[in-house]
Amino acid sequence: MSNSVRGNHLSEALRRLGSVAIFLLQLLAQSLAALARPGLLVKQIYNAGARSLIIIMLSGLFVGMVLGLQGYDLLQRFGSEEALGIAAALGLLRELAPVITALLFAGRAGTALTSEIGLMRATDQLTAMEIMAVDPLRYVAAPRFLGGVIAMPLLTAIFSVIGLFGAQLVGVQLMGVDKGVFWSQTQGSVDLHDVSEGLVKSVVFGVACSLIAVHEGYHAEPTAEGVGLATTRTVVASSVLTLLLDYVLTAAFL
Amino acid sequence: MTSSASAQATAAAEAVVEVRDVHYGIGGREIFRGLDLTVRPGRITAIMGPSGGGKTTLLKLITGQITAERGSVRVFGQEVAILGRRALYALRQRLGMLFQNGALLTDMDVFDNVAFPVREHSDLPERLIRKLVLTKLQAVGLRGAAQLLPGELSGGMARRVALARAIVMDPEVLMYDEPFAGLDPISLGVILRLIKQMNSALGIASIVVSHDVQELATIADDSYLLLGGRIAAAGTPEQLRTSTAPAVHQFMTGAAEGPVSFNYPAPDYATQLLADTDE
Repeated sequence: MSNSVRGNHLSEALRRLGSVAIFLLQLLAQSLAALARPGLLVKQIYNAGARSLIIIMLSGLFVGMVLGLQGYDLLQRFGSEEALGIAAALGLLRELAPVITALLFAGRAGTALTSEIGLMRATDQLTAMEIMAVDPLRYVAAPRFLGGVIAMPLLTAIFSVIGLFGAQLVGVQLMGVDKGVFWSQTQGSVDLHDVSEGLVKSVVFGVACSLIAVHEGYHAEPTAEGVGLATTRTVVASSVLTLLLDYVLTAAFL
Repeated sequence: MTSSASAQATAAAEAVVEVRDVHYGIGGREIFRGLDLTVRPGRITAIMGPSGGGKTTLLKLITGQITAERGSVRVFGQEVAILGRRALYALRQRLGMLFQNGALLTDMDVFDNVAFPVREHSDLPERLIRKLVLTKLQAVGLRGAAQLLPGELSGGMARRVALARAIVMDPEVLMYDEPFAGLDPISLGVILRLIKQMNSALGIASIVVSHDVQELATIADDSYLLLGGRIAAAGTPEQLRTSTAPAVHQFMTGAAEGPVSFNYPAPDYATQLLADTDE
């Protein structure tokens, strides 16, 4: 790769980053106005959150069950299978729930946001709003962004709860770990720090994934191909950024 | 003030849209090279020209979505390019625009689409909004379709709903972007009649952008022919039709060859066909 080509890629990446940053500031500037329209906001929380519930709950259940199975197998080698509750709870709260929820959110709600806004762009709906003197940033983008930011921690919390139930299902009901021990160990070792780590992560992932989804849709090329490409970029960028931010946040919390 | 200057000032006060010596290009392609035109209240102004000739771009200039590189676009006497965001939005509230595909908001029904600008810009009580919206829907003959979603409408119906939405705020200028494209004869007749009715009943200035010469000729008061980035001809539809200028004649009669070439610029045909390459 020649230097000039590399330079072009770098300047294109920087330009994109700058455009996303400016877009975030514009969204934040419009967010107060969006908060004043609870009807619009609730609809978007419903779209991003409630409509993702089934996939989040199913995934949470299975991730928890696998965690129960693998955790039991590992812990019983050291004769400490009663620690299964701690392992599952900490793994879910601090790591698995926020990360997997964000990845699923990017695939389910993020793509829906990008393609919806991209199609609104392609069919002149956003332009029509501008001509009607209604700012599409305020009416379309900001409520969807906020809806995603609010939905993500809620989905993460539900993922954690269902996941823990799944781990308990396998560990206690199937493998025979004592129920009382499982819960008391969990209760005794999970503290506020662990819960807040998961919460902070989920809010940061919520901002990142919603921002990328809304930005890609809003700036999509107004063609069928352009909207398709933007949707793909949403999934790729959200997933990579989620994992990258996860490392940074984990390092900061330890 | 000299008499010619005062005459000019009167003309400027009368004109709702004034475009003077506008130059504009995208990606190295020149779209306008010194465009001049005037739109007066109470009249239907037709902007004709071939596809890709910048007709829609002209509407974008008037609504302030883009700004000219050179020249002036004045709407209601205000220079659009220098307006701040707030002033531009205030100006746009006095404009209405009908998009080619209707551009209805797909997540709400017909009634809410028409009510949308009113709800955004006023705090009228819901029962007044209801009356207002039903009146406008009745004007386009779609009061019965109020509960349908945009996806359930035909192309002609969607355009009529969009027209109801465009007039719901009582604009002073109404712009139509290709209002006849892809319509069956009945829908086309309905839209033509509506444009005429809206103009005479509301006394607004209408700008109709289209390449359908025959349809436009039946309703336009003033016509402009946009060719090669300039106004090639202006006048009544009749004057344009009888014009002897080759480019105007070609467009009005639909001849394939003339000053506007049917063929996109290409290398020599025989040379390209006989060339022995795998291009």
